[in-house]
Amino acid sequence: MLEIFPLVVILPLIGFLHNAFLRNRIPNRLAGAIGTISVFLGFLITVGAFLEFSPWTRKDPHLVLVFPWIHVGGFQADFAYQIDQLSLYMTLIITGIGSLIHLYSMGYMKGDPGYNRFFAYLNLFVFSMLNLVLSDNLVLTFLGWEGVGLCSYLLIGFEYEKDSAAKAGMKAFVVNRIGDLGFVAGTALLFWFAGTVRYSELQVTILGMPEFATYANVVALAFFIAAMGKSAQVPLYVWLPDAMAGPTPVSALIHAATMVTAGVFLIARLAIVFTLAPETSLFIASIGAFTALFSATIGGLQNDIKKVLAYSTVSQLGFMFLAMGTGAYVAGLFHLMTHAFFKALLFLGAGSVIHALHHEQDIRKMGGLAKKIPITFVTFLLGTLAISGIPPFSGFFSKDLILEKAFAYPLYSEIFWGMSVLAAGFTAFYMFRLTFLVFTGGSRFSDHGHPVHESPLTMTLPLILLATGAVFAGFLQTPHFFLGIHTLESYFEPVLAPSITNSIALGLHRTSNSLTETQEVFLAGLSVLVATFGILISFFLHNIRNVKFKEQYEGLSKIVYNKYYIDELYDSVFVKPFLGVSRAIAFYIDTQVVDRFFLLIGFTLGRVGAVSQRLQTGFVGDYALYIVLGSFVIVIFLLAKGV
Amino acid sequence: MNPTLSGVPVEYYLGLASILFSIGVLGVLVRKNAVVIFMSVELILNSVNLVFVTFSKALATISGEVIVFFVMAIAAAEAAVGLALVIAIFRQKKSSNVDELQNLRW
Repeated sequence: MLEIFPLVVILPLIGFLHNAFLRNRIPNRLAGAIGTISVFLGFLITVGAFLEFSPWTRKDPHLVLVFPWIHVGGFQADFAYQIDQLSLYMTLIITGIGSLIHLYSMGYMKGDPGYNRFFAYLNLFVFSMLNLVLSDNLVLTFLGWEGVGLCSYLLIGFEYEKDSAAKAGMKAFVVNRIGDLGFVAGTALLFWFAGTVRYSELQVTILGMPEFATYANVVALAFFIAAMGKSAQVPLYVWLPDAMAGPTPVSALIHAATMVTAGVFLIARLAIVFTLAPETSLFIASIGAFTALFSATIGGLQNDIKKVLAYSTVSQLGFMFLAMGTGAYVAGLFHLMTHAFFKALLFLGAGSVIHALHHEQDIRKMGGLAKKIPITFVTFLLGTLAISGIPPFSGFFSKDLILEKAFAYPLYSEIFWGMSVLAAGFTAFYMFRLTFLVFTGGSRFSDHGHPVHESPLTMTLPLILLATGAVFAGFLQTPHFFLGIHTLESYFEPVLAPSITNSIALGLHRTSNSLTETQEVFLAGLSVLVATFGILISFFLHNIRNVKFKEQYEGLSKIVYNKYYIDELYDSVFVKPFLGVSRAIAFYIDTQVVDRFFLLIGFTLGRVGAVSQRLQTGFVGDYALYIVLGSFVIVIFLLAKGV
Repeated sequence: MNPTLSGVPVEYYLGLASILFSIGVLGVLVRKNAVVIFMSVELILNSVNLVFVTFSKALATISGEVIVFFVMAIAAAEAAVGLALVIAIFRQKKSSNVDELQNLRW
């Protein structure tokens, strides 16, 4: 399967081209089937390649050259793929969860006028995302990086007739540009220092170049800025909640499971750089911990079902970055995978609710849906349990590993751990608030004569499969007191070990102290306790006291409800001044300086014409006189020159 | 020694040509009647022809006389076209006064 591996990337491209160019001529069912099958076949090939690669025994990556691309002087970037443990891991997530979401979309998007266009975009996204993770050099990764950004923009603004959707797409695109600048800067710096952009060569060069450690912090910071934009970290997270304007399967695939994790992937891919950058890593951890707590609090007071999940995604990405920053790469990648399962599940479940209620997204107008849509309810509940960190669901293991590593980190461990435990408590609170308000209690909606019904099989089947993943995926890596499975740790060993060994050799490694089993049990117990506490508060508020929704929040909750006014802050600090400068340039410099200059040219020519037109009298005699005078001038000139 | 043609010095021919040329130019500039202006133009052409012929004889080359033939041929064609124009204008304006022809101006 390794020989035909490029097909994994090519199949979605073919699907995209087919659906894009024939979108007005083919029936919806064909477009959907082609879109889904192209990704699913890719998944099968990836599974085959995974088995053939035998990732637990093989150390070196499998390199595939598709075609030579850019060769300029010493610079070389090819369309080539690096198949190793990390890229296979990401490819399995993208194609596996991707094909489930494609299948789901066939049901969810039914009857939408843009159905074929939707599947074309979705396939283009999968193509770009696979290039991002499989590429063997930074330039091709950047191509994928921009490609997924483009698809994100296209799909957020999918319903482009709606002004809010179009603006949300633009916002996502513009905010991501800031991060992309970091990517370009980082690539340029790496090429400058190491003379190559290929990951395998970078590793060799940097290993043999101890002085690189001096620059590593700068390079790592540039790439982290890129990661901040793509993975929605403070301060560049503002686009992700707005991105919920896109159709729900898009939120599940792009804005929860795959694209937004690209930043985490990038750090793992460039582990050789990041392990040498302890200061930047500390910064990453701080940003991650802050983001996790900050957006978890916002999630607790939102009333749009998708907005809650969006802030939850930002928060969970914060956890991943906390892990990457504290050097717990395996924990970060582990949480990436479990999060892909349960967050895709939650989004698709939310989509199923929205579908059942005919595009109602306000949880104030839901309630009591558990009996009406039982499959959605059960799977959504499993996803909620997983994200809340209740054992033995997957989220417990991955989140607990992150908390453990944060606790054992040599610097500021109490702060990191405290913030993330608090964030985990908030997570449990807002997720159960969501579940309670949507599925339990009395119904607060009017069905307008359309009875609420369970979604079709194309939508429930992905829910069930994802729920299975959300429940069991955690058993790939468990703590000592709980079976002590270390599958993932040994799986990622070949990718991460050289970088870590190198940073230890250079004395830059900040090891997490190893914990005793008692400490592990204690930490896990405490985090479960906090999560349970969050659930109980949520239960108390929404099921026993039945708090009423307020029209107007007061004090602190008003600030939280309004997302800390961050959008307004950015608006007044960046957007308004920028628009002011633009207006000044447009209405002062452009009209007063540039326009006036050209008007002056026209005016001068007009004046000259007004004078010279007096020569054109219309009298033949005058013209004859001009001829004679002209002749005289010529003759005098010739005589003076002495011909 | 100044060359002579049939006993008349070359300067006399050139002087006559200059006088004819000046009369032609003045006629073009001063007169208003299109036909008279035409005649003046012919006078200018012929004064130049005279200069050509004079030098052709004096320097014993034939090229000057050849050019004179060209000029006469062109002048004949020009006279035909020009007079046709004057007649056409006269039919429109009932006048051959060029000062009344001011349509083509700003």
